[in-house]
Formats: sequence, structure tokens, C-alpha cells
Amino acid sequence: MDFLTIIQILDSTVRLATPLLLACLAGLYSERAGVFDIGLEGKMLAAAFMSAAVAYVSGSVWLGLLAGVGASLALSVIHGLASITFRGNQLISAVAINFLAAGLTVLIAQSWFQQGGRTPSLIGGARFEPITLPFADSLAGVPFIGPIYSDLISGHSALVYIALAMVPLTWWILYRTRFGLRLRAVGENPAAVDTAGVSVTGLRYAAVAICGVLCGLAGAYLATGLQAGFVKDMTAGRGYIALAALIFAKWRPWYALGATLLFGLLQAVALRYQNIDLGGVVIPVQFMDALPYILTVIILAGFVGKAIPPRAGGEPYVKER
Amino acid sequence: MDKMPRWADVFLIPLISLLLAAGLSALVILAIGENPWAALKMMVSGALGSTYGWGYTLYYTTNFIFTGLAVSVAYHARMFNIGGEGQAMLGGLGVALACLYLPLPHWLIALPVAAAAAAIFGAAWALIPGYLQAKRGSHIVITTIMFNFIAAALLNYILVNLLRPQGSMDPATAKFPEATHLPTLHDLLAPLGIAFSKAAPANVTFLVGLLACFVVWLLLWRTKLGYEIRAFGHSEPAAVYAGINPVRITVIAMLISGGLAGLMAINNVMGEAERLVMNAVEGAGFIGIAVALMGRNHPAGVLIAALLFGFLYQGGAELALWTSIPRELIVVIQALVILFTGALDDMVRMPVERLFTRRKGEA
Amino acid sequence: MVDNQQTGRPEMVAPDASRAPAIELRGISKAFGPVQANKDISIRVMPGTIHGIIGENGAGKSTLMSILYGFYKADKGEIFVNGDKKNITDSQTAIAAGIGMVFQHFKLVQNFTVLENVILGAEDGALLRPSLAKARKELTALAKEYELNVNPDAVVEDLSVGHQQRVEILKALYRQAEILILDEPTGVLTPAEADHLFRILENLRREGKTIILITHKLREIMEITDTVSVMRRGQMTATVKTSETSPEQLAELMVGRKVLLRVDKTAANPGDTVLEVRGLRVRDEAGVERLKGIDLDIRAGEVLGIAGVAGNGQSELLQVLGGMRSGKGSIRVNGQELDLTGLKSDARSRRKRGIAHVPEDRQREGLIMDFHAWENVAFGYHDDPKYQRGLFMDNDALRQDTQAKMAKFDVRPPDCWLSAKSFSGGNQQKIVVAREIERNPDLLLIGQPTRGVDIGAIEFIHEQIIALRDQGKAILLVSVELDEIFALSDRIAVMFDGQIMGVRDPAQTNEKELGLMMAGITDTGPQGQEASRNG
Repeated sequence: MDFLTIIQILDSTVRLATPLLLACLAGLYSERAGVFDIGLEGKMLAAAFMSAAVAYVSGSVWLGLLAGVGASLALSVIHGLASITFRGNQLISAVAINFLAAGLTVLIAQSWFQQGGRTPSLIGGARFEPITLPFADSLAGVPFIGPIYSDLISGHSALVYIALAMVPLTWWILYRTRFGLRLRAVGENPAAVDTAGVSVTGLRYAAVAICGVLCGLAGAYLATGLQAGFVKDMTAGRGYIALAALIFAKWRPWYALGATLLFGLLQAVALRYQNIDLGGVVIPVQFMDALPYILTVIILAGFVGKAIPPRAGGEPYVKER
Repeated sequence: MDKMPRWADVFLIPLISLLLAAGLSALVILAIGENPWAALKMMVSGALGSTYGWGYTLYYTTNFIFTGLAVSVAYHARMFNIGGEGQAMLGGLGVALACLYLPLPHWLIALPVAAAAAAIFGAAWALIPGYLQAKRGSHIVITTIMFNFIAAALLNYILVNLLRPQGSMDPATAKFPEATHLPTLHDLLAPLGIAFSKAAPANVTFLVGLLACFVVWLLLWRTKLGYEIRAFGHSEPAAVYAGINPVRITVIAMLISGGLAGLMAINNVMGEAERLVMNAVEGAGFIGIAVALMGRNHPAGVLIAALLFGFLYQGGAELALWTSIPRELIVVIQALVILFTGALDDMVRMPVERLFTRRKGEA
Repeated sequence: MVDNQQTGRPEMVAPDASRAPAIELRGISKAFGPVQANKDISIRVMPGTIHGIIGENGAGKSTLMSILYGFYKADKGEIFVNGDKKNITDSQTAIAAGIGMVFQHFKLVQNFTVLENVILGAEDGALLRPSLAKARKELTALAKEYELNVNPDAVVEDLSVGHQQRVEILKALYRQAEILILDEPTGVLTPAEADHLFRILENLRREGKTIILITHKLREIMEITDTVSVMRRGQMTATVKTSETSPEQLAELMVGRKVLLRVDKTAANPGDTVLEVRGLRVRDEAGVERLKGIDLDIRAGEVLGIAGVAGNGQSELLQVLGGMRSGKGSIRVNGQELDLTGLKSDARSRRKRGIAHVPEDRQREGLIMDFHAWENVAFGYHDDPKYQRGLFMDNDALRQDTQAKMAKFDVRPPDCWLSAKSFSGGNQQKIVVAREIERNPDLLLIGQPTRGVDIGAIEFIHEQIIALRDQGKAILLVSVELDEIFALSDRIAVMFDGQIMGVRDPAQTNEKELGLMMAGITDTGPQGQEASRNG
């Protein structure tokens, strides 16, 4: 495996990790506030479709992005209503949202574009263009550093950089701001927040909304950055991988970056090679596909560093002494 | 006393939820420029208007009976088994191995053997999440989701690398031997002088499904084990008081649940495809969630809800064939049913309860 | 209600006319469904005092304080703070009125640091750093002033319970609370921690803070309060100056003297020892030792009553005997050792050894509320061969059995198809008692047999217990109702803090003596280390 191949794989890792990272951080906000969300998949899918559809019609990827975020937010509101206001089952609500998105996207796509549940291919301004960082071209010739800078670090679309910037930002919000303190508290012990005179409902809706926005970005990146247009079921389980990454990261932002990069790398390798021959032992590509899930189960089982979810997660808050 | 008569809880609430889901779906159909009434008529005639339609409707119904029962049994032990999809996939593997490698001379022998294999494989796939939930507190919802994906990868590997016949490009097993082919409803009804479509895939498994409903009802309401499962599901402290072991019940309930999901494979793999293909389950594991919620986790309710979804699936396929409404309309309806009967139950329930308490107050 | 003459209640404390009460409640009432938790409660708490509110569990103390802190809304009544009428709708308005509350179950975020917990909800701006710095300084000052030392950077879950409680007090003080409510603050503390808490409270009083101390422990009231109000069954029965009362008098006010329950019974005729408990120790899920070496004997044909304030280990004793918990030590039934851990220590094995159990909480443990009456009649005995028919349960036999039991125990309505939740409390209890007594056990464990049960059913259940005794069975009765203990027991053991304080003959003791023992005070010498402090 030569240096250039490694750069290429890593470059593809970054691209593939981006939607995972955004969705993972989305889940992080929601679950840190005590609202479990296995509906990341559905929100991403809805955003992917709306962003592609609006970007195609308007020709503007930014309008598309806005529409994608809007679609994802709308589903977040449903999840919030069910799990916060009506104290319903958060898991069932999210399952419903996943199906709602899977069905509606195809239905509307078919109705609008008549292309079998996909949007037409996006071209030009309807897609996120790669951003070339300063000096990328001039440095490209420098050995070692050059390819790393110009091929790996430079040349991604805006959302990739936004996603990466979200990691320190999320860390900062969670651990350095009043909002973050309250958000973490409401996921651990809503009664503590309530007795301190802060609205549990308000905080949880805020968290669910942020989750919607970030899922929106993740979905929009899929359809308008990573690929050129929406196809049916294009999230292909990424929402669940993001969920796995969130557990793997034990609900912490920097670890989320690590986990999603790892899972992105697995995807990149699986895409490039069918089977990996490690000195006689052949690792099938399917094993690479399943690895994120297997790792998550191992973590969940508590055999390697137990993942403890936010303590109040999954339970609607009912006031009691 | 109860706030609401039982009939309202059992029939009225699901009915209102269903009507809400249907109403919203009608709006969706309107929004994409089709006529909901015409669509409904086409669905009815397509799914119920001919023995061909019935054959498909009952075929889908059979799938949903098994996955719906699977979700229900786990639910009675207060677990949300979202892994029916993976368990049904593994059940398919069990069926394929049995049909391909065991000498099965006649379908009457093949059916119970393959059914046992399907149940064992499905149960085995539910065992690990069940055990981890019981012993280590790992959330069953997350582990079963993960196991769905692991199952898909595992099956993919086995089909591509191990079971694919030489020279075939298709990731699927060879066709099962003739002796293992299950009789369709056409075959079963012909001796009785009843004409039934030859082309439809509904087969003898439908009767197994009906039997399964009855057996699950017996299990839950007529056996000691079912009694313990239900008691545990209602109250864990009470179960401990009564000497019911929570770990044992959790694991057993998941084994039964996984076994039922696995049993679905005798319908779709053995009865219809007659070979194991990728994605044979086609989301039926997830529809089981809607079926169970809608059927209030009672086998009779599951049967009715499975019929409803069987009708929706076949009707939806007809719509997709003759109109511009794609099959995904059914997924939307399914989502709305889950949303209203599962997550927004309180939203529907509270006004109805108020209505009843007010009426009682006036009386 | 307590009769004024009979108990010799001292006069109400005259309000200090010069200052408005820090807290005044007028006519507070609160009902939860059919349960009247607070009935027309009026109380004045003078500033700069420690005001105790004493009463048994369920007397309505916590409800009252939750109303004051805006957690519940009173159905009726008014709240005045420093003479001004306040409409306290939520915690925020309570905090703004200068009220702080330390709940019985702490409202702390376990994985936060002390500092983070203190500033939560009282931050000074959108960024944490300045708030944290300010709180750190303030905490140092508060620590010095009130002996409230806690490491501000410690994570709460690593702190001892006593330190966690200090964090709760710090939270309130950081929010400028002038009035501090503590709900059963010593329930979870070791004696040394409790002493330290009292020093803190005295310091707070010296600085002019007002403290409301809710407790069911007489010793604490006598030790630290200036004034004490007694609550019983949702009502305020008396408010007295602590210096003018005595533990005996308070015990009587607290337990009350209701219509004495008469149970016709002959003298016990005890036979062989059925239950022999030696050195029984139990730890709860949090690792706190709830039973600290219990020794007990019960003979055939006698009722041993366990008296005590709720929460002193009685529940754990019943649970370990009934196979719902594991423990250490030795339990013998009819001379045979029982397993205290492992698979054979479960409730099923206990039943096979002839132990029947009427649990303290019938709704949570004794019954499945959504099951039909006939399903509940098999609960715990559902593997009995007489309820089986081949592979299946013989539901017809069960229903017949249920109808017979319902008739015998006068369960109303006698409809075996009703779900358990449709019956009144008394009839629910009759179903449980019928199920357990009709097994003809060698040993009956029975907890709070008449809690939430109407008078008619009480008498009936009492008669059944005595009838079982007269058949030569051993009975362990746990009740927080002293009257019930007196009415039924042949011997009375008093539990306090996970230990038996002593065993008395009901004919040779009285409520006063038992009340003191229940508070951990005993004349005959302390039995444990804990008690010696109180002597």
C-alpha cells in the first residue's frame, strides 16, 4: 500500500465520516438532554431529500441546505411532542419517524420528479463544491506534506469543515456554557434542574431542535456534498452507525470524532477493497460492514469500558417528590 | 374503577388512531395529486377483489402474523424487540440449511423440520441481546438494532461466499429441492373444489400462522410460563415477590420472540422464494412493531392487524402498478399507525378518557 | 384528632408579636385523588428558629413542604413569607422568596462537581467560568461560616451521603435562602454525620436563618428544635415549645390514640420454635447496611409484633425472610437452615418451606393490579399442582378456588373477573390475606396488614391473623401502627436503625416505653453501638 493510496483512503474516510459525525453530534445533544433518539436515520433521510429537491429546483445548494434542515426540524418537533409533551415512548416515536421519512421521501420525490423516487442529478451551484484551502495548489508538489495538505486537508466541501468545527464547538457549549451545564443536568437528573427553577421541557425541546439542525446538515451533506442528488433510502443505515458511534464515544464530543472517523475508515476500506488479506487470514468485507455494530454491542455489554448512557435518558420527566 | 370501559380501550382507541393515520394518508395522497377515494377502491379491489389478490394479501399477512407475535411476546415481558428483522433473516438461514442439506422426502416432513430450524436460528439470534439485557442491563432496543445489521452482514457473507451455487452471480442459495416445496392455497383448496389463484404465493404457512396465534394465546394466558411472563412485564418487584426469576423470564421471552420472528422464514423463504435471497425479509420485521402496537399485543389483535397490513401491502402494490402512487405510501401509513398507536397514545387517549369521565359524571 | 384534655397538650406557642413569622401557612389543604394528604393546616414559623415538624411516615409532612416549595399546588390555603402573601407556583418563585429546600432524596446531578451542582440554575451569565469562580469564592466563605466544608471540585457521586447533603445546603445558601427546609435529613446519615449536620443547623440559626426540620425521630426534635409541630394523618395536631414538652408526650401526639382496636383473643399457647434468626445482616442496593445483626425467635402459636418507625429495617427483614433479598447470617425454619443467597433463596423456595408472606406494599408487590382477581389468587403459588391440568393452568379450578376464597373472606364485590385495581384497598388486602393464609403456612410474614384498609376489613383481617395463630402457626407481624401491634402481638420487638432494641410483653409495657424505644432510647441499656449515643 503506497503513500498515495493511504492519502486517498484517508481522504475518503473524512468524507464518509462527515455525515456520521454530524448525526452523532446531533444524537449527542438530544441524548445528553435525556431524550433518546434512534430516529437520526429518518431525520437525515428527510433532510437529504429536501435539500436535494430544493437545491435542484432553486439551483442554490444553500437554499437546499435550509430546506433540508427545515425537514429534519419538522420531524424533531414530532419527536419532541411525542416524547416530551405527551410523555410517549421515545423509542417507538423514533421508529415511526424513521418509517415516515423512508416513505414520504420516496412518495414526494416520485410526485415531484417522476424518476422512481429519486431527484434529478445535481449540477453546479446545486451541489457543495470542494473548497481549496490557501496554498493547496502551490504546496501540492512538496513531498509528503504536500499531498497531505492539498489532497487530505484541502478540497472538501464547506459542510466537512463545519462538521469538524462542530466538535470543539459542541465541547465548548457542553462544558463551558450555562446552556451546556443545564443540558447535561437535565439528561442526568431532571429533578435537579426542575428544583433549581429551570424548565425541563424548554431545555429538552432546545436539545431536540439542535439535534434536528445537525441531522439536517448531515442529510444535506449526503445528497448535495457526498453525492449529487437524492436516491431512495440513501442514508443506508448511517443514522444507526452514528448511534453506534455515539455509544462508542460514550456521549462525548471528542470521542465522537474519534468513533466516527474510525467507522468512516471502516467504510472507506470496505468501499475500496472487497476482502482484506492480512497475511493469509482473509477478512471479508461484510465483517468490516458489521464491525461498528459488533464493537457497539461489546461496549454495551460492558466487557470493555462500560458505556453508561445519561441517567435520565429515555424516561419522560414526571414531577415527584 | 377504570376510567374507561374496556371496549373503548381495546377497540375505540386503536380505531381512532387508525382513522387519524388513514386521514393523514388521504391528505398525502391528495397532496401528490391523486384521489384518495379512488385509491382506496383500487386497493380494495386489488387486494380483496380476486383470489389472486387474496393470495398475496394472505401471504403478507402470514409474514406479519409471525413478526407481530414476536414483538408482542417480548412486549408482555416489557421488552421492545426491534430485532425481528434480523431474527427473521437468521430464520431464513435455518430454513435454507435444513432444506438444502437435510434429506427431506416430503413437505409434510420438511415443514416441521424447517420450522424448527427457523425457530432455533431466530431464537439464537435473540438470545444474545436477551442475555445481555438480563445479565448486564444492555438496552435491548439498541442491541437488537445492532443485531439487525450484524445479521445482514453475516447473511451477505454466507450467501456470497458459502451458499451461492458455483457460477451464479446472484447472492442467493440454490433452489430448494422439489420435495420441500410447500403447497399453496391453490393446492390445498383444489381438492375441496374451491378455485384459488395458482399464481399467488399464499401457502400452507398461513395455517401455521393461525396456529401460531392460537399457540401464543395458549402460552400467554393458559400456561404457567405465560403467566410468569405477563406478571414480570407488569411489575418486576411483584415478580420477585412471587419467586419469578427476572433473568430467566427475560431470556425465555426473548427466545420465544426470536423464534416466532424466525418462523416467518417458512413463509417467505420456503413457501414463496423456495431459495434464500438477500433481503428476503423486506422489512416485515419492522412491520411487526406496527402490527403488535395496533393489535394491542393480543394474538387476536395481531391477527386482525396483520390482515390489515397484508391488505395494505397488496393494495399498495396494486396502486404502485396502476397509479403514480409508489409502494412507499404503505410505509407512511405504517409510520403513522406506529406514531399514533405507540408514541402519541396519550394524545388520543386523554380526550377519549375525558369524554367518558364527563359522561359518567353527568349520568 | 387528639383530645386536648387527655393528652395534656400545652398551650399553643404564642406568636411573637414584634416580628412577622418567616413562614405562615393558613388553611392549607391538598388531596391526591381520594387521599387527603393535608387537611386545613395552619402553622407559623418564627424567624431565627429551628422549627421541627414531626409525624409518622405518611402523615403529610413532605406534601406540606412540597407545597411550600412550589412542587405541588395546594387545593386551598394561603402562604405568607415574612408577612407578605406569596403565590408560590414553582420552585423558581419559592427560591425568589428566599426559601431553600433539602429534599429527602437529593436533587443532585451525580456526575457533576460540587461547584457545578451549586451554580446550576443560578448561573450569572451565559458562560460558566465567571459563575464558577464566584461560586468557588462564596463556597469558601460559607464553609468557614457554617462548618460546611466540601471540596468544590469533587464529583458528587464520589462524596459520602453526608457531604452530598452539605452540597444541597450550600445550593440553598448560594441562592440566598433565608428559610431552609430539611426533609428527613438524618434518615441517610450516620450518627456522626447527623451530629455534624446539627452543628451546621445551629450555626445557621445563629446567623438568623430560619430552619424547618421535618423528621420522625423524637431524639432530633428534642435535641435541636425550638418549637415543634406534630402532624398526624394529614392534620396538624399540636404546636408546642420544645422546652415545654417531653419525648413521651410527643410520642403520644405523634402515634395518636385512636379508637382502641379490640381483638378477642385468648392467651397464646406457644409451642416449638418455628423461626430462628441469628445475626442477620442485609445491605441494600446502595450498599447501606439495613439490618445490622438481627436475632429473633418465633414459636408456633404466637404472634411476634415488630414495632418501629418506618424505615428502620422492618421492610428489609420481611423481604429477606420472604426471599426477595439476599442477606448474611442464619435463618432456620422448623430447625432447617434457609439459603440466604443464590437460586434457592428466592420467594418460591421460601413458600415451599411453608412461609407465606403478605407484603407491606400490596399494590407494588402483592398483586398484579392489571390481573383479574382469579389470576392474583394464584400469584406466587401458580406452580401448585392443583392449579395445573397437563401442560396448562387449570383456570376453572383457579376461578372456583377464587370464588371460594372470596366468599370465605367476604371480598366485595365477589366477582373473580374484576381486575385487582378495581377493588377497594380493604378488599385488595383481603385477596392477598386469603391467598396467603389459606396456604396453611407454618410461618406467616405479614407487613402493614391494614394500611389503607377500612375499619370493617381491619377487624376481619385481625381475626384471621389470630385464628391462624390459634391453629398453632407462627406469625411475624410488622406494623407502624402501635395499636395494631398491641392488639395482635403476644410479644413485641422494637426495631430501630436495623437492630432490635428489645422485646417486651404487651401486658407489661405501654406506648410511652415503646415510643422511646422506637426513637432509639431504652432504659434497659443499649443493645447496639448506635443506641449508646442516645442513652
